[in-house]
Amino acid sequence: MSFPWAKEYKPSHPFMVWMDEKLPLPRLVYNAVGGGYEVPRNINYLWNFGFLAGLCLVIQIVTGVVLAMHFGGDTRVAFDSTEHIMRDVNWGWMLRYGHANGAAAFFAVIYMHIFRGFYYGSYKAPREMIWLLGVVIFLLMMATAFMGYVLPWGQMSYWAAQVITGLFSAIPLIGDPLKEWLLGGFAPDNATLNRFFSLHFLLPFVILGVVILHVWSLHIPGSSNPTGVEVKTESDTVPFYPYFVAKDGWTIGVFMIVYGMFVFFMPNALGHPDNYIPANPMQTPAHIVPEWYFWPFYAILRSFTQNFLIFDAKLLGVMAMFAAILVWFFLPWLDKSPVRSATYRPLYRKFFWVLVIDVLILGYLGGAPAEQPYVLISQLATMYYFLHFLVIVPIVSSIERPDPLPFSITEAVLGHDRAAASDAQG
Amino acid sequence: MANEAGTDAPAVDGEGVRRRDFINIAAVSAAGVGGVAVVVPLVAQMWPSADVLAESSTEVDIGAIQPGQAIKAVFRKQPVFIRNLKPEEIEAANKVDVATLRDPQTLAERTKEGHENWLITMGVCTHLGCVPLGTGEGESKGEFGGYFCPCHGSHYDTAARIRKGPAPKNLHVPDYEINGTVVKIG
Repeated sequence: MSFPWAKEYKPSHPFMVWMDEKLPLPRLVYNAVGGGYEVPRNINYLWNFGFLAGLCLVIQIVTGVVLAMHFGGDTRVAFDSTEHIMRDVNWGWMLRYGHANGAAAFFAVIYMHIFRGFYYGSYKAPREMIWLLGVVIFLLMMATAFMGYVLPWGQMSYWAAQVITGLFSAIPLIGDPLKEWLLGGFAPDNATLNRFFSLHFLLPFVILGVVILHVWSLHIPGSSNPTGVEVKTESDTVPFYPYFVAKDGWTIGVFMIVYGMFVFFMPNALGHPDNYIPANPMQTPAHIVPEWYFWPFYAILRSFTQNFLIFDAKLLGVMAMFAAILVWFFLPWLDKSPVRSATYRPLYRKFFWVLVIDVLILGYLGGAPAEQPYVLISQLATMYYFLHFLVIVPIVSSIERPDPLPFSITEAVLGHDRAAASDAQG
Repeated sequence: MANEAGTDAPAVDGEGVRRRDFINIAAVSAAGVGGVAVVVPLVAQMWPSADVLAESSTEVDIGAIQPGQAIKAVFRKQPVFIRNLKPEEIEAANKVDVATLRDPQTLAERTKEGHENWLITMGVCTHLGCVPLGTGEGESKGEFGGYFCPCHGSHYDTAARIRKGPAPKNLHVPDYEINGTVVKIG
């Protein structure tokens, strides 16, 4: 669907006319990311992160597929074949560093994309389905990134597999058999590595599929915008091509500079030296932490140290960690305010920034050792995290008095909207 | 509606089972049962394979382990801690009031009769599966003189019982038997 004033795809070349009759794929692309998709004229740079996330997915799939041509998913060769990629394969170092840092870049971009959604209320009706699919994509990304991290079969790889599959053993009754089923053994071993390789190759394409659904559901109401006011007239929108293709192109340039800086000048800055030691099931590294993009959730996991009622501390930690993401699924219904954008929600805006600081603190704590005072602070930060979504958001959205909204997007941009005003009178 | 008009069975007030209904249910059921049957091998292939299960016992010579020393052996590709407890460590373990423990067990319940000095446990933290420290010379033994898991800070005592930190259970005691100086695990 699109707005009535959106341009229609009109092929001029006879081949394209023929193609449009047989398989209107160019039409689909034109309407999805071309001149046929009308976008609010006022969207800011925070709206560029969706496109960047798509670019990251493409980078990961392209580098990943070629890396798989040189990698062996077997415990006897996995570590050595990773080093073979680094030392012997032509440009292998660049492909691997590009893939490893590409995962970090993907998460950085996705976090911006998610917090854009928190600030501007992008999850609210009529865009709930876009949000729900986005959370599904995030969960799939986490699974994919974790399994990819296991593949080089270094010390951090091995112990990541041990700890993360250990989370499932917390589940009462079926936990231990489930862990054995996931690992294909009693501890991570060849069966584990091999199946993770298979799934790590598969899941990005599943993500691609859900991304297509995500964009599809986006195109039904159209993009949101910083005012949160829905599009009313033609003067509120401009076509995606050329306007936002050009704008996205600019941020791609900026992104590539930062990404290139990591890949070429500090490729191991985000990694852990211990992963250059081959996996040793007899020896846990002194300080095991996940990659930085899992730190906030890891801090939540570790903040549970006491049993409560019938639940032991381990199960509580695991449940809280999953709940920290699953709570996002309910956000469209927890936030009852009809005003989308935090720009017009003075109270919510303050709590948004408190949440940002809280998540940054959790992130720092997730990377810190499991000692006091870190444990206590992460308990408080975890409590606040859930308080935000389950208590503060519902209460603020019912008691808050929002600022007056602009009449239309055009008015917000130009200070007046003569066309819409005369329409309204006429 | 169009195919209902073309049915060959006479409609008796819309009641009774027509041949077409029977064929429908039979076909869908057969396909459903077949579909479920195909899932079984697809799911079951994930369980530990026969060669993994075959490596299910290990023999270790413990004759050279002096009191106060511990070694790590390998059982099912996981570490096993074999520790020769000193008399004061046994005493420390027995002094604890079992009722105060998170996972109440006495040292006697965790060792074999006549071999109370041999503490044989899995070297797998019951929290998330890291290998606790405390077997090697100079490694941290935690606040209770047993083992210390560096991953999330679980402390185990000299009977390898959980005393502090997030782990829910004592270090698991595998099935084993001691014959002279040889211990057979599994």
